Amino acid sequence: MNPLGLYAPGSSPLHRLPAGAKFLGMLLLVTSTVLLSSPRWLAVLCLAVALGYAVARIPARRLLPLVRMLLLMAAVLFALQAWLLSVHDAAVTALRLVAALGAASLLTFTTRVDAVVAALERGLGPLRRFGVRPARVGLFVGLTLQAVSTLSGIASSVQEAARARGAERSLVAFAVPFLVRTLTYADELGEALAARGAGDED
Amino acid sequence: MIEFDGVGHRYGERVVLADVDLVIPERRVAFVGLNGSGKSTLARMINGLVLPTTGKVLVEGLDPAKKGAAVRRKVGFVFTNPDSQIVMPTAGEDVAFSLRRSPLSRAQRAERAREVLAEHGLDGYADHPAHQLSGGQKQLLALCGMLVLDPDVLVCDEPTTLLDLRNKRRFVQLLGQLRQQVVLVTHDLDLLDDFERVIVLDEGRVVADDRPEPALRHYRKLAE
Repeated sequence: MNPLGLYAPGSSPLHRLPAGAKFLGMLLLVTSTVLLSSPRWLAVLCLAVALGYAVARIPARRLLPLVRMLLLMAAVLFALQAWLLSVHDAAVTALRLVAALGAASLLTFTTRVDAVVAALERGLGPLRRFGVRPARVGLFVGLTLQAVSTLSGIASSVQEAARARGAERSLVAFAVPFLVRTLTYADELGEALAARGAGDED
Repeated sequence: MIEFDGVGHRYGERVVLADVDLVIPERRVAFVGLNGSGKSTLARMINGLVLPTTGKVLVEGLDPAKKGAAVRRKVGFVFTNPDSQIVMPTAGEDVAFSLRRSPLSRAQRAERAREVLAEHGLDGYADHPAHQLSGGQKQLLALCGMLVLDPDVLVCDEPTTLLDLRNKRRFVQLLGQLRQQVVLVTHDLDLLDDFERVIVLDEGRVVADDRPEPALRHYRKLAE
């Protein structure tokens, strides 16, 4: 399961908003989750994100796996933090996670990656004179979003292989092949990008 | 036209290629050889992914060591594993990614991507998550990502290794219909019947260079 949902085509007001505005909104919301430390305000942010999903009318079959995964992650994190720290700290961390990942997923559900990349390249254009390379930043963001999906695919197949060998509880049986395959993927991706001319333009 | 003039390559002390002299005007050419024979390194030199440590490569008169960007605009490269080549979440976005430097608008790029996908058996897949396509469809998508730029040369490094027999045949049939000069690195010898020239490499050297039948006979002897 990809923690960042893939684009779900639609015509809701959120789908129609410019990609740059949505990206800025997401950044603002994620920054707020870091700055706020009151569970009440963080809960308000979670509600705002939930409202966003309602406005975007994301189909339930796309939404349910995300909600299940978010709640599971939040529950594990809450239990761990409540045990190690306090219920207040646990609530803050879990709510931050739900709000931030929920907002990031809402962006990817309602915006094509190439629209985000194009908006970033446009927005960062004026910074060219300071040595910023907008094409590279845009590519970096696009690849990051794509890598989340690829890495979760690698993790699933490595887990499956570990299960096949009866080693589902072994950290080594997961970590070593995951690391090797991730590094191989990075190497091959770099070569593929070079072959497609990435880096030639700037 | 692709030219290798006294080309050699070494990784540290290990010699991967030595004294390769080839002139390749043919439209359908294959590099075959045992694992580690240097065929993939030779193929990567065609678009400057690997540069020779001795000698010179020329593609349509351009040296990839000096004009890398210009050569890459002329040479498309399809890798063994399409998962590593697909860089955007949906099929349409991935093909449009190749057009990012073209003067087309975003809408025009998306439309062109749809057209190329439709022309190569992926009609209606533009909004489909790329990594949920079948192996054969992913390799077609990787090919579309290259063909949308209309290169003069297409280099394919073992593109059929991960495909089933039907998809292998389909992929090679598609290659046969392209206007581009195709350089295919492969272990699937039965796919080379329609090729004009097969170059056999062994331990970094060209050991046979002929029409498919005699060249592959030589290769089979090597493998015994």
